[in-house]
Amino acid sequence: MIPSIPQPAFLRFTYGAYVALFFVYLALPLTVVIVFAFNDSQFPSLPWEGFTWNWFFGEERPMIGAFHERAILRAIGTSAWVALCVSVLSVGVGTANAFLFNRYDFRGKNLLYVVMLLPLVIPGIVLGISILVFSSTIANGLWDFAKIDLEVLRPGLVLVILGQFSFITTIATLVISARLQKFDQSLEEAALNLGATPLEAIRTITIPFLRPALIGATVVAFLMSFENFNTTLMLVGSDAPLTIAMFDRLKEGSTPLLNAVSLLLILGSSLLALLVILVQRKK
Amino acid sequence: MTQMTARLGFFVLLMPLLLWLALLIIIPHIDMFLLSLRERVGVGEYETSFANYLILFTEPLYIWTFVRTAVMSVLATAITLIIAFPVSIYIAKIAQGRLQQILFMLCLIPFYVSELVRTFGWMILLRETGIVSNFVQWVGIVDRPVEFLYNDAAIMVGLVYTSMLFMVVPLVTTLESLDNSVIEAGYDLGGSTLSVMREIIIPHAAPGIMSGCIVVFMLSLGNYLTPIMLGGKDSLWFTEMIYNQFIVRFNWELGAAFGFMLLVLSSAIVWAMLRLTGQTLAKTME
Repeated sequence: MIPSIPQPAFLRFTYGAYVALFFVYLALPLTVVIVFAFNDSQFPSLPWEGFTWNWFFGEERPMIGAFHERAILRAIGTSAWVALCVSVLSVGVGTANAFLFNRYDFRGKNLLYVVMLLPLVIPGIVLGISILVFSSTIANGLWDFAKIDLEVLRPGLVLVILGQFSFITTIATLVISARLQKFDQSLEEAALNLGATPLEAIRTITIPFLRPALIGATVVAFLMSFENFNTTLMLVGSDAPLTIAMFDRLKEGSTPLLNAVSLLLILGSSLLALLVILVQRKK
Repeated sequence: MTQMTARLGFFVLLMPLLLWLALLIIIPHIDMFLLSLRERVGVGEYETSFANYLILFTEPLYIWTFVRTAVMSVLATAITLIIAFPVSIYIAKIAQGRLQQILFMLCLIPFYVSELVRTFGWMILLRETGIVSNFVQWVGIVDRPVEFLYNDAAIMVGLVYTSMLFMVVPLVTTLESLDNSVIEAGYDLGGSTLSVMREIIIPHAAPGIMSGCIVVFMLSLGNYLTPIMLGGKDSLWFTEMIYNQFIVRFNWELGAAFGFMLLVLSSAIVWAMLRLTGQTLAKTME
């Protein structure tokens, strides 16, 4: 169980083998996705037909690579735009929430805190349909009373952004709060004593202290938005983000093009994850 | 003056929170509930009733899918816990220094990759022309391609895989806080590995087990991709029913009722689990 308690060699070996097997299980699906991105065949399956870069750089049918496939590139752009909006919005609101819950005492604070956590326990699909239902209630109401047709309230990117924002903000709030709690408020008071205005004190003392958490929250929000599927599925209009576009293709049957896109996704998110770790470590 | 700025600051900070929770969480869910109470009696004519909920409970396919989704999510949670627990002990207690950090990081990697990619990976592995099928033929267990995809076992494999991280992380965190000397004391007092496990380790890890189980259960219940892509025609999932009512059939009233029932089921089980262990939601999220 722990190194200081001797165990029979056979048990130790079995245990080690079990853990090794577990990590093989973790790595297996990702490994096959990556390997078959380089298979010179129309299908991401055996037999192995030889190595090729065509699923990345190919320009001609039937092997149009990921970098030349318009629809995929557009979907990546859409996803990146949505993720950018979501991370800016959720980190902004999350920072405000963190200050509110850390610095102020008010009636109903505990209740509000629990309500703030709820988005994490609501299934993504339900979150999606509730926002869909509410936005079309408003849109229909506007149409009935004032004959105004508000396009933003119909399924589309604005709703996708709002839907993702609605639960990612909770995560941003938790990440930023955790760091703000460790902040020594006497530092801010010292700045005030030295003649800074409250806003100056926050800008020059508190925000730099929060920076690792702000960057971490931004990256996590970006990744969660980029990879979100359930909420997006219910709110998506004609511009499909990448996960939806890939899902539609996967339903029709897959080519190694999807493996190539997946590999790019894996690379992209690993780089971002690495960035978070580096930022966290520097503190 | 400072009093005034403090109050102003308070309201400036309170506003976004209230707007967010009211407009995107609370009112939409109330609206969804109201919609689920509407019964279509004619073209453009509606009455308030529980008819949609009645349909859910009287139509065998719907209620069967509802129960099936719940039972399979519980099963997926249990399997994830059983697989993850020994691994978490290994990471928290046996692996040292560098190795410990690396193993922990390795557990996080699948989480950074989109669920779609993970599911796609399992499809490549399990399909008739896939790796596993070729492997068992090569070993000689079977002599023709075998379809491992499109059944409940494949769904289970995918669900457990997708949820693993959310079990391992809380388990490792709670297990790390358990002092080794306590375990040693257990052995010194004559305990066997089994009794030390039962009397010391599991009680200490209980909060981690609970928060892991809650998250895994919710993720499984609300999962859409894995059952759709890995399951067969008969392996229905409740989220699929919601999607079909909303997008395919355009019966929003029934879809809203389904969505509300999924929410009730998920909240009820989370509440029951929290109640069982005397924890609060706020503590579990930390």
